[in-house]
Amino acid sequence: MTKYVLKRIAMALGTLLLITFLLFVLVRIMPGNPFPSERMSAEQIANKRAEMGLDDPILTQVVNYMSKVLRGDFGKGTSLYNGAPIKTVLGQCISNSFRIGGLAILIGTAVGLLLGITAALNKGTFIDGFATVFSIIGVCVPSYIFLIFLQYFFSYRIPFFPYFFDNSRFLFSSIVPSLSLSLFTMSTIARFTRNEMVEVMDSDYVRLAESKGLQGGALVRKHVLRNALIPIVTVLAPLIVDLLTGALVVEKIYGINGIGKLMVDAIAGEGVDYNYVLALGILYSALYIGIMLVVDILYGVLDPRIRVAAKEGGDA
Amino acid sequence: MEMNEKAILEVRDLDISFKTNAGVIHAIRGVNLDLQKGETVAIVGESGSGKSVTVKAAVGLLDANATVNAGQILYRYKDDNGNEEVVDLLTMSKRELRKKINGRRIAMVFQDPMTSLDPTMTIGKQVMEGILLHKKQDKNAAYARALELLELVGITDAEKRMKNYPHQLSGGMRQRVVIAMALASDPDILICDEPTTALDVTIQARILELIKDVQERLGLSVIYITHDLGVVAKVADYVNVMYAGRIVEVANVNEIFYEPRHPYTWGLLAAMPDLELDDDRLNSIPGSPPNLLHEPEGDAFAPRNAYAMAIDEKMAPPMFKLSDTHFVASWLAHPDAPQIELPDELKARIERSRKEAQSYA
Repeated sequence: MTKYVLKRIAMALGTLLLITFLLFVLVRIMPGNPFPSERMSAEQIANKRAEMGLDDPILTQVVNYMSKVLRGDFGKGTSLYNGAPIKTVLGQCISNSFRIGGLAILIGTAVGLLLGITAALNKGTFIDGFATVFSIIGVCVPSYIFLIFLQYFFSYRIPFFPYFFDNSRFLFSSIVPSLSLSLFTMSTIARFTRNEMVEVMDSDYVRLAESKGLQGGALVRKHVLRNALIPIVTVLAPLIVDLLTGALVVEKIYGINGIGKLMVDAIAGEGVDYNYVLALGILYSALYIGIMLVVDILYGVLDPRIRVAAKEGGDA
Repeated sequence: MEMNEKAILEVRDLDISFKTNAGVIHAIRGVNLDLQKGETVAIVGESGSGKSVTVKAAVGLLDANATVNAGQILYRYKDDNGNEEVVDLLTMSKRELRKKINGRRIAMVFQDPMTSLDPTMTIGKQVMEGILLHKKQDKNAAYARALELLELVGITDAEKRMKNYPHQLSGGMRQRVVIAMALASDPDILICDEPTTALDVTIQARILELIKDVQERLGLSVIYITHDLGVVAKVADYVNVMYAGRIVEVANVNEIFYEPRHPYTWGLLAAMPDLELDDDRLNSIPGSPPNLLHEPEGDAFAPRNAYAMAIDEKMAPPMFKLSDTHFVASWLAHPDAPQIELPDELKARIERSRKEAQSYA
């Protein structure tokens, strides 16, 4: 198992390095100017370019950048935030996005699982039908539409929640964006859980467990849930990354200073801010790879077939 | 409740239908079946003849779209105080069945050991589960009992196997584990639903021997569901031949193999591969079983029966008694019916196996 985990971690790091390299090259060869050209003269820009090393051969630039990144230095913004260090700005944005995304994951997974399990246990009844309709709506309606809907009813018609994000009342003002972000996850998880559970409940081993005399909660807990959860972990992982990296539109509409909004600003600002785009790209990739790594390891914990295979592979 | 004195399980006039999108399928149309203590009864028939449905009704494992229209399944057992009781399993709720009957009194062995064990639970836990559920024992006692059971079913290195997951075992080993699980709470009746169909031919005989062995040791009554007459010959005391939701012939095992009376039984016997035969072809029964969405009028087997008579089209035959142990639902057994000789091929085959049996005796 340890060997399996170490191998996975090494693969993850290798992938991340490769992605960083590709990102850097892609950003450099992309059309666009990192500097707000209307406010800077040609001479200023030329100076700035030289200072940042943008005129060096691309390979030299890559090596310089990578060695800095490996030491944890992402540089400064080229046009955003007046050149404040990226780490400081990013730290605040990440904390906002993660807290709201984390809340959305929590709500989405908990309610989704509950809904899916209830639907599966009441297969073919009204509850099952309701869960299906809810899931379809939840998957189809974009989160920002739901956000506007919530804003209209619970901030405007019934003035209870704030219109916009307010850092001083963090948890309270997170509810509306978190709820709207969680809808997609909730629906996906509910539908998946329901289908997986129905399938497992129809399996031979559950029939055999019933023929042993197991029933009700014990049967679901011991034989159904664990087997149904394995595939759910797979769908959950990319959903988590989506939520953590912030929803571009929801953050923009609700005025949240998160990484989603930062990404939009970095690309659509006065100039394309190379360093921010790169730092965010690396962050997104690292998150994705990291979550996938956790999923791989979690798989091993949940599914003995993978765990044992990895062990046997390690011994050979 | 009235029940034959020696019987442990009696199915009376069982009638079951299934609601499907295509309509109502009348799958079981008046089945009677007896199982006596310590005996082995086989139910033989093609896929879809209703073999499994009959026993699933007894253990409350029918699918949700099934309806029991009529019938009783009487079960005789000794309660905890040693008093003899008779219950109709069909009147018990699922909850009650799981608590009092499943595993504890009637256990099952399923067809495919590759899929009938939970892939995420160790063998040991799965065997112990049944023990802990029905017997008030602590974990250590259950562990010891599980180990004992695994050894009883011939699993070597049982202690090590307890910690294994199902995928680490071969098919034959897994079926042994399933049998050990079935025996976990000392049942009276063991229902084996095609227990060797999914296994390698070389393993089949060993599993059959194992079941026979534990049956003798523990005094179990066994119901075999199978489509393989070879299995029947090895294990059964009595044979019920089932066709389209009815039992068409009941007899002891000798009568079925040496004096079959139903043309369907003839067909099944003739369809067994025979190495002695010069003919290279495999015999089969022409046609296919009726679609029970539309209830057949008269004898359901008539369209495939070369010996069908006019009455077969109009009226389903009743059970005719041929001996104390032999009954057949065929108009050919009616005193007024013409005497039909067995097909020559079958006759020759029966003669040959008779001689073979004598040479072994």
